[in-house]
Amino acid sequence: MNLRRDVFQAIADPTRRAILLLVASQSLTAGAIAANFDTARPTVSKHLQILTECELLNQEQTGREIHYHINAKKMKEVADFIEPFRQMWDDRFNKLEAIMKNYKPNK
Amino acid sequence: MELKTKIKAEDGKQEMVITREFNLPVDLLFKAFSEPELIEQWMGTKVLKFEGKKHGSYQIETKDPKGNVAFKANGVIHEFKPNQKITRTFEMDNTPFGVQLEICVFEPVTDDTCKLNMHVIYESVAQRDEVLKLPFAQGINWAHNRLEEIVSKLK
Repeated sequence: MNLRRDVFQAIADPTRRAILLLVASQSLTAGAIAANFDTARPTVSKHLQILTECELLNQEQTGREIHYHINAKKMKEVADFIEPFRQMWDDRFNKLEAIMKNYKPNK
Repeated sequence: MELKTKIKAEDGKQEMVITREFNLPVDLLFKAFSEPELIEQWMGTKVLKFEGKKHGSYQIETKDPKGNVAFKANGVIHEFKPNQKITRTFEMDNTPFGVQLEICVFEPVTDDTCKLNMHVIYESVAQRDEVLKLPFAQGINWAHNRLEEIVSKLK
């Protein structure tokens, strides 16, 4: 199912995992989340959008601000699954393959 | 993006099998597993020690952006057959995960492609399952493994 795959792609990204970690302990505004990263603000916004679309984060409007908080139910669903572990190895192996394709033995 | 890596981890077993096909000749794959500077690149960790031989040992270490040691692991090599097989142990320092035995078999498929079969055996079913949950905590914020704690509380 498409949605499910998207969730796992969402958590395959290290920045997005870091965002989940931050938001896991307290709900935060986009600005407060972005302040934790060296990444450009629009990039962080994009990550937040993806996490929200995958229902890993919920948005809550309080006055003029939007707070993000973690969707525990969705997180649990993902955590019970082996997929993140596979993603981790797949990322490593993709990197390995890319490195070795460019490998020039220095004799 | 296509996922080429397959993992077989059956319920209630203390082992798993990771398989992956590479568009690389088998000797290049083996090199990536046996040369410290290459291991560092694809594993994203520092290799402190690596003796690619029978009875050899290795140590790896990853630091967080502030330079604190966030992850340390070590193991011994029981079998080192170039382009064929590496049997080794793997243990993360200061964690309750115990020692795992890894049997890595490198197999040519064609001249330019090959297959890796990693058979990983844990001390117990519970330990395997804990390790499977690790990617949540890994590479995120090494200083705090909070997400892992939080995920475990969701159970």
